[in-house]
Amino acid sequence: MVEITDVVCSLCGCVCDDIVLEVENNEVVKVKRGACSVGKSKLLGHERIKSPMIRENGELKECSYDEAIKKAAEILYKSRRPLLYGWSSTVCEADSAGIELAEDIGGVVDNTATVCHGPSVLAIQDVGIPSCTLGEIKNRADLIIYWGANPAQAHANHMKRYSYVSKGYWTAEGKKGKKLVVVDVRKTMTSKMADVFVQVEQGKDYQVFSALRAILRGHEDVVPDKVAGVPKAQLLEVANMVKEAKFGITFFGMGVTQSGARHNNIVNAIQFTRAAHLHGKWSIMPMRGHYNVTGFNQICCWQTGFPYSVDLSRGYAWYNPGETSSTDLLYREECDAALIIASDPGAHFPGAALRHLAKIPVIQIDPFANPTTEFADVVIPAAISGIESEGGVYRMDNIPLRLRKILETDYYVPDEEIVERIHAEVRALREKEAE
Amino acid sequence: MADGELLIRNGVVYDPINGVKGEKKDICIRDGKIVESVTNPKVIDAEGRVVMPGGVDIHAHIAGGKVNAGRIMRPEDGRKGVEAKTSVCRVQSGYSIPNTFATGYRYAKMGYTFVMEAAMPPLAARHTHEELVDIPILDNAAMPLIDNNWMTLEYIKSGDTDLLAAYVAWIIKATKGYGVKIVNPGGTEAWAWGKNCDLHDTVPYFDVTPAEIVKGLAEATEKYEMPHSVHVHGNMLGHPGNFEVTTDTYDLVKGIKPYRDRPAMHATHTQFHAYGGTSWGDFESQATHIANYVNDNDHVSIDIGSIILGDTTTMTADGPMEYSLYQITGRKWTNLDVELETGSGITPFMYSGKSPVNTVQWAIGQELALLIKDPWKVALTTDHPNAGPFIGYPIIISMLMSKKRRDESAEDMHKVIFDRTELPSIDREYDLNEIAIITRGMTAKTLGLAEHGKGHLGVGADADIAIYDMSPEERDAGKIQKAFLNTKYTIKAGEVVVKDGEVVAAPPGRTIFVTPECEQSLMDEMLVTLKDKFDKYYSVTFNNYPVQDAYLPHPFEIKAPMRG
Repeated sequence: MVEITDVVCSLCGCVCDDIVLEVENNEVVKVKRGACSVGKSKLLGHERIKSPMIRENGELKECSYDEAIKKAAEILYKSRRPLLYGWSSTVCEADSAGIELAEDIGGVVDNTATVCHGPSVLAIQDVGIPSCTLGEIKNRADLIIYWGANPAQAHANHMKRYSYVSKGYWTAEGKKGKKLVVVDVRKTMTSKMADVFVQVEQGKDYQVFSALRAILRGHEDVVPDKVAGVPKAQLLEVANMVKEAKFGITFFGMGVTQSGARHNNIVNAIQFTRAAHLHGKWSIMPMRGHYNVTGFNQICCWQTGFPYSVDLSRGYAWYNPGETSSTDLLYREECDAALIIASDPGAHFPGAALRHLAKIPVIQIDPFANPTTEFADVVIPAAISGIESEGGVYRMDNIPLRLRKILETDYYVPDEEIVERIHAEVRALREKEAE
Repeated sequence: MADGELLIRNGVVYDPINGVKGEKKDICIRDGKIVESVTNPKVIDAEGRVVMPGGVDIHAHIAGGKVNAGRIMRPEDGRKGVEAKTSVCRVQSGYSIPNTFATGYRYAKMGYTFVMEAAMPPLAARHTHEELVDIPILDNAAMPLIDNNWMTLEYIKSGDTDLLAAYVAWIIKATKGYGVKIVNPGGTEAWAWGKNCDLHDTVPYFDVTPAEIVKGLAEATEKYEMPHSVHVHGNMLGHPGNFEVTTDTYDLVKGIKPYRDRPAMHATHTQFHAYGGTSWGDFESQATHIANYVNDNDHVSIDIGSIILGDTTTMTADGPMEYSLYQITGRKWTNLDVELETGSGITPFMYSGKSPVNTVQWAIGQELALLIKDPWKVALTTDHPNAGPFIGYPIIISMLMSKKRRDESAEDMHKVIFDRTELPSIDREYDLNEIAIITRGMTAKTLGLAEHGKGHLGVGADADIAIYDMSPEERDAGKIQKAFLNTKYTIKAGEVVVKDGEVVAAPPGRTIFVTPECEQSLMDEMLVTLKDKFDKYYSVTFNNYPVQDAYLPHPFEIKAPMRG
């Protein structure tokens, strides 16, 4: 039995890196410390895709890696409008290989942000974002707001490691010296811990941000008695807490990015942060979901100039979410093939987009079967990043960390290598045709 | 590195480090290095053209968290520079914040082969290195920010210079960095609480002053055989009336004996630190004050940080400065504070010749270059992209070489140029030898890279060469600018990478890093304190912090032993 320390978790955007494992006979037998229950379950392992598969007559049939990779290359080579989607639950090296492939075949490359924090990116492009690393919050924050986010269930270590419950330099007493405000449309496990719970009517967060901004900028007289179901007295209470805080942070989740005014919510949330900054130090941060969704946006931007939804069909990068985002391409039935990696549009895309995705040839690369597997035509199982292969990832606060390899695999191939091998096959097909 | 032999025939060579000032000479290359002679080379005819060593940029922001935060925030800048892929080149985008590929290609087209990334937040060092790997052609290095780190502040306060030196060694090693970068010492830590610091203010909670930080870090740096001195962005950048703070900062290293023949401080983007007046209303140039100081003293070198008119993206670890700038413009603003270490801010900015303030700023960069007599004390920079994008270097070269062009340009600027700056009264014109000094000779020497083969054409040097399509007699400023924008040839490690202004090969560059070698007992003592910081305050573990070797696929190490 071997104890392995400093294991970096490849589950959510928290990317906890202090996990201690026990490994015996190339298996994780115990998670001793550090991981939340969901992370633990991933580390301990569960049902895998056992073999590469190609669909024949409606059935997935097992085949070799070479056969599946060849088939995938043929699909992409023939395609006139390929979509290369996912990239958020894998490492930077795979993302980089994927962007190079997309560039070479003139595809559209997009990640899960498109149905998640894409609106946050659009808001940042409108007004910028005052933010910080998670350690800043751990050491300094005396007021924490979770807005449209439920970390107690979705990012289970977030409060303990980085925010409300954590202890740091100026926060040695942990939650004793801090205040927690939760804004949501319903009671959640997180809201139960809050000093103040603001229950806002569905889809009306924008109005609450506006009201708070008005109060923080000295215009409380324009705020009506009730805003989106929230009494003015409670808004004044929250605004007072904001004014008194020395260091505040707003964490926001998909409750705000994917409801009502979408990216306008986030613009307003950022403007609220700027207004709060007039009274003390304030920052704001999106609660990114997948462990490397942030990393894809980073790489895609330094390589193409744009963070997601990048159309490379013209030979240069064309970026116009709403036009070049995966779901919009699928609504318009424009794509004629898709490579789906490290994500599950089968579970998360809107029905209209899925209907077209189910019609076209789909290549799936993933360690685990998921609803996308149900309609994939080529399925290529991957080594699990952070367990069977190493690589770079970016935490939700843009801090880069490196996943470690914990276990050996003599069978599964890492994402990066799968993508590179597909690309090599595409080049071979092109050379063959040129002859 | 290219195998085989190459001969560059009959060029007019400017190689200031070796005292070659415009001599007609052949240059022989074998296996990527300059050699004495060749036997069976490929020949490039450079008859009558200007030949220089590859350019060495001492200070630019080309890779890392804040550069990319700028790209993410500004798709409108990305769209300005889109170019399609070619059989050699990847896709390109961006003007003031080009993507990594365009960064490599565009520098190479200007004849540059080395760029120093000027500010690497240690905790995010992996990010900087990932982008550096994706910048083709250019050799590179990055300087970690070490001046707002709690470890530094605490050792400055306790006066443990040896332990401070141990920490400096550790963090340069852990980040695969090049030297010690200082940005608004103390002020960025204060900014974590929304505050700022002047040179002699006390940093909140830490009970030290920025002046003590600068002096302490300069002393710690010189305990090793470091190729480069402390690289300083001082306090009060961009504030009217900051010129005295600037020279007071220079004074701090006066008695410190540098390890080798270079000053004990490099003061960067000095244009932003040479401001007179008490407000934006009576804002004026104090370039003369700074230039006089540099002329009278040998312990400081500078780079100019000259303005390029037009739109750009400002970015610095000086968080409070970016916040002030955003408050002036009301444009978008991003801020990224980094726990226990540093911060950064990003905001777009438009430099306009119609604005009196921008006009004075525009003049100052050029005044500094023209008023400092010894070009070995001055480097050409735009603090890319803060005062303007690097792609504007040829404009500045043409200005420095042509009084006529400066006079013509002054006519288009705000009239304050005539009464709040000295520029219109300066007659000096740079010659090509002086241009070669401020773009390669001085920078390679000041960075300590000359002995590692950069910035000169002596036997044994890297075969990094720029051949400009101009005669040494050319006096037309427009033609000079054009020639310096796109080389006839750029050669990197013996391989032709640019021909007739087009990129024809894009080999990977090397990342140069320094390993300061600290006494083990000191290191062990320091590590006890450092590990406590990780246990209690950092959000990553001690073991996951250092940059792994995988992030430097093409490394070049310079060892820096402790001085005896």
